[in-house]
Amino acid sequence: MELTRRDAAAALAAIGATGGIVLGTRRLQRDHDDASQTESNLLDDERIRTTLIAVGEVVYPDEVSGIEEFIEGFLDGRLNDSEHARGIRDATTELDDRARSWYDDPVADLSSDERDRLLREVGADSADEDPTGTTAERVRYYVVNELLLALYTSPKGGELVGNENPQGYAGGTDSYRRGPQ
Amino acid sequence: MRPTETREAARAPVEDADVCVIGAGPAGGIVADRLAGAHDVVVLEAGPRFDFADRLERQERAIRPAYDRPDVWDVGGDRDAHSASGEWFYPLNHARVKGIGGSTLHWQGMVMRLHEGDFNSGSVRGVGPDWPIDYADLRPYYAEAERELGVAGADDNPYGPPREEPYPMPAFPPSYSDSLFAEACEELEIDMHSVPNARNSEPYDGRSECVGYGTCLPVCPSKAKYDATTHIESAEGKGATVIDRAPVQRLEHDADRVTSAVYATPDGEEHRQEADAVVVACGGVETPRLLLLSESTDYPDGLANSSGLVGRFFMDHLFAGAGGVLEEPTRQNHVGFYTSSCDQFYDDADADFAPFKLEFFNYAGPSPVEMALSGDEWGDDLLGSLRESYGNHVAMGGLVEQLPREDNYVALDHDRTDDHGNPVPDVHWTVGDRALRTIERANEIQREILEEMGADVEWVAGPDATGPAYHHMGTTRMSADPESGVVDADCRTHDLENCWVASSSVFPTSGAMNPTLTIAALALRTADAIETWL
Repeated sequence: MELTRRDAAAALAAIGATGGIVLGTRRLQRDHDDASQTESNLLDDERIRTTLIAVGEVVYPDEVSGIEEFIEGFLDGRLNDSEHARGIRDATTELDDRARSWYDDPVADLSSDERDRLLREVGADSADEDPTGTTAERVRYYVVNELLLALYTSPKGGELVGNENPQGYAGGTDSYRRGPQ
Repeated sequence: MRPTETREAARAPVEDADVCVIGAGPAGGIVADRLAGAHDVVVLEAGPRFDFADRLERQERAIRPAYDRPDVWDVGGDRDAHSASGEWFYPLNHARVKGIGGSTLHWQGMVMRLHEGDFNSGSVRGVGPDWPIDYADLRPYYAEAERELGVAGADDNPYGPPREEPYPMPAFPPSYSDSLFAEACEELEIDMHSVPNARNSEPYDGRSECVGYGTCLPVCPSKAKYDATTHIESAEGKGATVIDRAPVQRLEHDADRVTSAVYATPDGEEHRQEADAVVVACGGVETPRLLLLSESTDYPDGLANSSGLVGRFFMDHLFAGAGGVLEEPTRQNHVGFYTSSCDQFYDDADADFAPFKLEFFNYAGPSPVEMALSGDEWGDDLLGSLRESYGNHVAMGGLVEQLPREDNYVALDHDRTDDHGNPVPDVHWTVGDRALRTIERANEIQREILEEMGADVEWVAGPDATGPAYHHMGTTRMSADPESGVVDADCRTHDLENCWVASSSVFPTSGAMNPTLTIAALALRTADAIETWL
């Protein structure tokens, strides 16, 4: 199944570009001084994209192709000046730092097996996502789940599972009436 | 939508107001909209005015496991502190939203009329009080409420109360899984019928038709699902003043009248809003709380509480459900609402068994995206798990009436205070045997249907696993007798000549139907009474 930039647009239409909500609850209020990278240490957005595409190649199933185009298109809507985008940049930079420290290479230069291992060594496989949590929880939230959210709220991602109108996507009111194809 | 700075400037009281409505949910919104234009109306709302542009982000919170349900609409913290001292814990902050629109922002949008017998439970079923009004009194207001909210439905329910005109919009057609249920129900001689939705099946009232986001509960990004922002915006269009983030602290009064509503603003100031008529429309928990907070020498047990019943008789509906898996696809989780239900057993109710209704879900089993975000795998392994888990679930739900009991109540917890130093509400809740027996009865039917379908029944939400449906009712009950209720048949308090209550808190009994259409119908009727009084 080939993903396209158009599918990325569908994912964005589902979950939207982020940044509008003034975060109101205590658990959502983030203290940047604690966990975030300084501005100068952050990867530039081109490296953020490259890194997330490399992670996408691991967390997406083998039967999807067009991952680069899909994630590029998705990030066009997500990497803005919002708090959420800052979280993506922070967590992705942190993951890349770990790759350089543990494997002497950035994420994008690691083999697929090494990327998979890196994510597990960071703890992103067993962590619950949390935008204000530990490195593992933030990598899970801003990196792994960001990419999974994009895929599985898109119609093509839904189709992989058998639901062409997944939760979060405005796929109309015909599909719920249709029987299996 | 007015900019924030304008709203800040507009937080001062309105001079010479005719009507002050406290609470901007569906009841308050409808009363305000009905009276605005002809009268100077001001609405005071404790919560904020949410930006519609944020709804996709709120939807993302609804999907992502990092957020609890209260996070979706910023519920929680000191503002919403509460207690639950009863035998059964009551999760109040999962059950409400504070803000313009109130709890309709997170409701599912199911809107049925109560049955005729619900208004005469004591006479017809031998338990509970009769309402001081009948179905016939509310019938024209039900029709009007269906137009106001925008209801999609069909007149195909042989067990429903009489109705005189079609719904404003055609019903949503049955789902694919409804067709699977239908075969089993036909075999068992159980009747299925459509269910009224406050959700546009076609464009209506300037709002789009449903586009199938599938997250109705707790957020509709398209506004196809009715929420009370519609009526608040309409009221503002007619000249009403709406002040958000203005929690009313107490109602000042003399022996016969409310003289002003004292409200706080974000700058730490307090203001007094005077008005000829005051409408308390804060839902089934905050309405009695505000009256209790307004105690005085005239009313030492709380305002409008000569009966001693303010806060008493708190009720909610109980959930009864069952689900399992079939050996075939069931096509679930495409939409977030259900399209078929069954009222066949509703009016079998008596002193031993409560009325109940059955619902045929379109969202049984896991949502693939939510499961993907909470698993511990990715790639092909994750896809394999999703395929294994999604696709063949079926489930039924149902609501069961809870009888009014004086020992179920909302009171003030004087040991705990909110962000303004006021005692928080304590929801003291337990569930009686009649409701528990009825849940078992509903479970029996649900299991029978599922087994007839060939389902492997995997779960049953019975008496030990039931929970509240988040419908707060009964705490300022309606009665013709001032000693037996807080408000009269027009929803005016017995004690105060210029104070009305618009809320499910006036329900003497709850029936087993989702309450919002009845809230809306009563709000329209209350607005007429206020109009006459003014």
